[in-house]
Amino acid sequence: MRIGIDVGGTNTDAVLMEGSSVVASTKTPTTPDVTDGILAAIREVQAQSGTKPTAIDSIMLGTTALTNAIVEGKGLAPTAIIRLGAPAAVALPPLIDWPQRLRDVLGEHVFIARGGYEFDGREIAPLSEKEIRDYARQICDAGIKAVAISCIFSPVNHEMEEIAAAIVNEEISDAHITASHNIGRIGLLERENAAILNACLSDISLQTIHSFNQALAKLQIQAPLFLSQNDGTVMSSEFAAAYPVLTLSSGPTNSMRGAAFLSGAMDAVVVDIGGTTTDVGVLVKGFPREAPDTIRVGGVRTNFRMPDTYSFGLGGGSLVETEPLKVGPESVGYELDKLARVFGGDKLTATDIAVAVGLADIGDQEYISGLDIRLARSVRDYMETLVEDAIDRMKTSPDPVVAVMVGGGSILVGDKLSGTSEVIKPEHFSVANAIGAAIAQIGGEVDVTVKLDEIPREEALEQAKTDAIDKTKRAGALAETIQVIDVDEIPLTYLPGNALRLRVKAVGNLRSHG
Amino acid sequence: MRYLKIEDMRYLSYGAAVLGTGGGGDPYLGMLLAEQVMREYGPVQLIGLNEIDDDALAASVAYVGAPVVMIEKLLGYADMIKAFQSLERYMGRKMNAVLSAEIGGVNSIVPVSVAAALNLPLIDADGMGRAYPEIQLVTWTLHGISATPMAMADEKGNSLIIETIDNTWTERFSRSIATDMGAEASAALYPATGSELKRSSIPNSVTRAIEIGKAMSDARDTHRNLLDTALELIDGVHLFSGKIVDVLRRVHGGYSRGECTIEGLRDHRGQKMVIHFQNENLIAFVDDHPVAVVPDLITVLDSDSAEAVTTEHLRYGYRVEVIGIPCHPQWRTPEGLALGGPEHFGYDVEYIPIEQRGLISK
Repeated sequence: MRIGIDVGGTNTDAVLMEGSSVVASTKTPTTPDVTDGILAAIREVQAQSGTKPTAIDSIMLGTTALTNAIVEGKGLAPTAIIRLGAPAAVALPPLIDWPQRLRDVLGEHVFIARGGYEFDGREIAPLSEKEIRDYARQICDAGIKAVAISCIFSPVNHEMEEIAAAIVNEEISDAHITASHNIGRIGLLERENAAILNACLSDISLQTIHSFNQALAKLQIQAPLFLSQNDGTVMSSEFAAAYPVLTLSSGPTNSMRGAAFLSGAMDAVVVDIGGTTTDVGVLVKGFPREAPDTIRVGGVRTNFRMPDTYSFGLGGGSLVETEPLKVGPESVGYELDKLARVFGGDKLTATDIAVAVGLADIGDQEYISGLDIRLARSVRDYMETLVEDAIDRMKTSPDPVVAVMVGGGSILVGDKLSGTSEVIKPEHFSVANAIGAAIAQIGGEVDVTVKLDEIPREEALEQAKTDAIDKTKRAGALAETIQVIDVDEIPLTYLPGNALRLRVKAVGNLRSHG
Repeated sequence: MRYLKIEDMRYLSYGAAVLGTGGGGDPYLGMLLAEQVMREYGPVQLIGLNEIDDDALAASVAYVGAPVVMIEKLLGYADMIKAFQSLERYMGRKMNAVLSAEIGGVNSIVPVSVAAALNLPLIDADGMGRAYPEIQLVTWTLHGISATPMAMADEKGNSLIIETIDNTWTERFSRSIATDMGAEASAALYPATGSELKRSSIPNSVTRAIEIGKAMSDARDTHRNLLDTALELIDGVHLFSGKIVDVLRRVHGGYSRGECTIEGLRDHRGQKMVIHFQNENLIAFVDDHPVAVVPDLITVLDSDSAEAVTTEHLRYGYRVEVIGIPCHPQWRTPEGLALGGPEHFGYDVEYIPIEQRGLISK
């Protein structure tokens, strides 16, 4: 049996699953020390089902704790950055365009060393062991343990990053080193930024994972802990400790994956309506469609894997104004059960409208008996239009799509929405995100540039697929379940030799699922 | 004369993206570079064409290369300065000013960094009034001004000078040299005297780009209608509102060519626009009738942010507003059209100025 947990800003959700069925589920408030809320949630699903700790095979956890650390600038480690690329890439140094508050926390330990590659793998300049060792000693003397290493075109050849990492490791044996090729894509600044974010999260991620593990030990659960990534797969807690940046933005992904699982829809639009906001995303072959290009995290430009979501201010707690008609973005949030009319409060919320028009049966209908039903219907129509517009915005083709509604607020809309062929509100819709965590697979991705003049396209594709499958296997996937789920080919303008960028992603079931 | 300050760089990069007509690369890196250099060297003097002496000498600086390489090797100004100074040495004369060859994309901004670092004035003019994918496609070519002697330099310290029989050969050589240099090179080109520049350049283009960027930024802050603001400033024509439903790309002759199909919304419901592009947007058809044709500018704006969407970022689902902007009158002469008109790009479409096309389609 597996436990899936999603720690959100308001609620900590947990589900206990056996095979593909949900045995128990709960929603508890998120606590200041998130471990308390997690413990409470696990105890609750265990109690509901009478499950013994030994019967639990794995724990899969999605958390926003590390995202918040970056947004708030708390708990981040002072971090040194070594960029390999001089004499190129010297004018725009690492940390350029970072918010000052984060630069202050990280310190200005920036080094640009000779090295780097051209697009075709030629060296821009040879790497100097002496230069790297000299920088490593300066970093060591400054007492810094977190080190990010980037290199021009390291997605094409990562040898220099690895050599530099080995040298730093010789000088600082307990360093936490992040090499950029392990995280990001083509785009030096964005890939380097992701590596720096990862390095500066090294302390807090170790602490967080350590306290999760202690909590599990307290419950006498010996099952391995996995963490959700933002691409809908999970990684081992050891891997997450080394690559914490990959947990950022896993929340929306989990709810989309949960929606795919609960509804059986592989290609669909997922609408996750919470207490204050609605996130709309797209499932392609059961996985969230990724956002293109750059995304800012806490003000830092990065280019790593993020789900493409469109968010707007509609939720169960959204305030309703009638003259003129307006719903949200202001919301009563977690105080819904005190302030909403159906709970005896004096705020007219989206939930009150849902109850008035018969979409939901929550609280006491008596409190809203004075509400004009025609007015309530027009508010409902308006809310449905908001959702319909968002669905249309995110659709991948002009044809009607399947829409899957999840999240506690999905009671707000009916089952007829324009632009959709079907509206599915699956069972357990309110804990879809925890289910998404529980069912996650493990994945591996390859991103390379090849010259078609030198290697036939089919051969290059096969090689990339093999590499992605190997990467997935090394990440902990069961070999026979691995499949390639995404192949992206990008012709590179201007480049000679008919250059092509290939991105291949593979996923597989975790070995411990057995 | 006035001074360009750091805060102008954001506006310049935003306005240059609008005038980039889909090409010229992402001006984000150019903006970072110009800001960085200005922090180090201080503001840059911007002078009008009428403020240069007739016998003064000026040259353009530009990046030649692939956007994908630019985002790895980033931009620098040391090799740009090296190219500029090589050209000075070869010509045996110091330059009095620097300017942009194209006002769209990154190359509208990098000359600012050279001007800042060398303490030279930047001329408020360029040779395109837009972005174009080839070196010879400038109004200077129409006036018989040679792109060469041209200096090219890389970050490793290599530099070379080329002299050619015409600007088309310059384009051909620069492409293969840039490839050897790592598919990114700095070039100093189109050296010209004040009097040559006065009769051949497109005036006020830096100011125009900054004004567009600033007005749209202000409009966003004050929630004014961004589209109307844009159209008013650039004498633009609103061509289409819609949602991108298909983007087809292929590489041809070293360029990224393709077609973008947009399904009409609101006033254009039931209609379909197809935009053909080669790095830059070239022709826009509505239901198979051309409504905007190169050298007029076709710019795709994101409906929400009104930010210009470059051709490499076009993708399914974007809600967009397509606007047409009249090109500079120099491009509308028979010589201008022969150089940079639809025929040059292989289209058998008659050029009719966008203002008149607009009238016809109504």
